[in-house]
Amino acid sequence: MNYTFQFGPLLNYLPQVVSGLWLTLLLSFVGIFGGIALGVASAVLSTSPWKPGRLLVRIYVEVTRNTPLLVQIFVIFFGLPNIGIRLSPLASVFIALVFNNGGYVAEIVRGGIEATHRSQVEAAESLGMTYFQTLRFVILPPALEKVFTPIVSQCVLLMLSTSLVSAIGVEDLTGAAMIASSETFRTMEIYLVIAVVYVVLNFVFRGVLNIAGLMIFTRSRRRLLGRA
Amino acid sequence: MSVVVAKNIRKSFGALQVLKGVSLTVEGGEVVALIGRSGSGKSTFLRCLNGLESIDDGEIEVAGHRMSRKPAELRQLRRDVGIVFQSYNLFPHLTAGENIMLAPVQVKGLPRQAAREEARRCLSLVGLGDRFDAYPDMLSGGQQQRVAIARSLAMQPKVLLFDEVTSALDPELTGEVLAVIENLARGGMTMILVTHEMGFARRVANKTIFMKDGIIHEEGPSAEFFSAPKTPELQAFLRSEVG
Repeated sequence: MNYTFQFGPLLNYLPQVVSGLWLTLLLSFVGIFGGIALGVASAVLSTSPWKPGRLLVRIYVEVTRNTPLLVQIFVIFFGLPNIGIRLSPLASVFIALVFNNGGYVAEIVRGGIEATHRSQVEAAESLGMTYFQTLRFVILPPALEKVFTPIVSQCVLLMLSTSLVSAIGVEDLTGAAMIASSETFRTMEIYLVIAVVYVVLNFVFRGVLNIAGLMIFTRSRRRLLGRA
Repeated sequence: MSVVVAKNIRKSFGALQVLKGVSLTVEGGEVVALIGRSGSGKSTFLRCLNGLESIDDGEIEVAGHRMSRKPAELRQLRRDVGIVFQSYNLFPHLTAGENIMLAPVQVKGLPRQAAREEARRCLSLVGLGDRFDAYPDMLSGGQQQRVAIARSLAMQPKVLLFDEVTSALDPELTGEVLAVIENLARGGMTMILVTHEMGFARRVANKTIFMKDGIIHEEGPSAEFFSAPKTPELQAFLRSEVG
């Protein structure tokens, strides 16, 4: 144990790390919001009266949640070219992240929708509202409010999982670190640094998402501020 | 003019026949009370009148709309038929005012400002003019039920259905809800009430109907119905209800 930490050589790689950070932010942003959109749509379909739709979502959710994200990325990037679909590494990982997050969000939101009582739907229908009006104004708002905390957890996890994209050569934060590490051999230092960056990102994402939640769900805001 | 006409309604849940040919006509401005034991079919019958339950046989015409399974036609009917539920069924994420405004804005296309004024007017009618911004979980059961009544009123229905609306309330809160309904009756609102409040039915309803085993067992103008019940089953029921 006579290792001497040398962070100096890493400074040369600051531009790569910063551009990696931007890519990580972009991947997370697309993965999170694309995934939420896909997940909510899937959850709605999975609770709709339309049977083929329910089955389709069931298969989608089981596939995404029972296979590793890394394998999903490999299938899209290495597997699809075999059947003639050739995607760039970046396009592949965008698709994989949205697809993966969507599966998890779908299952969380489905729980929220099913916890919304049938009597709410009856009240809305009795007022002459259409299926989509009922969904938009009566079912989804309280359902999403109920499951907002687990959705935030899932989305922060997804942000951490974006590091897997480095496996196919995408230069996100982790990808940039791999390059710096192999060229300087200051492996411990570089990975410690980006670990700290991930920790900070974690808090930033959690904070931003929770603030967004408070802005969207006025009732939660009232509870938090204790305003009767 | 008849606001509600139901002819020979039959309805089964699986092998259990709940309604075995129920017919009812309600004129404009009339108040009809439906009484009977649990499982007699009175709530199911009420729910058939706005299509919450589909019927197996018979004909229903409410507020000039024929009962239909087509969603668009059913929505037309429901715009004119209000229903108030036992468990209030307010939307928990919306304030009292927003609960009331939702359908007039979304279904009728009323501008928000007009809907807001209408919501305030309806809240005042049920004695809650000052609770526009309260969320349902900040209100007592009786207040929630009055908001639910206001929510139905805001659609300006031609008939209001009440499904045991005081069964979840203690006596004091029951009183405030019944007072609102009695006011509506005086104002000429056409109403059908499934209720266990015998004194209220006797005082407010023009006509009372006793249901038993999926049929109308006895019916009549409320005064005679309660003072001189004809069938032994109704006599026994009224004795047990008065306790």
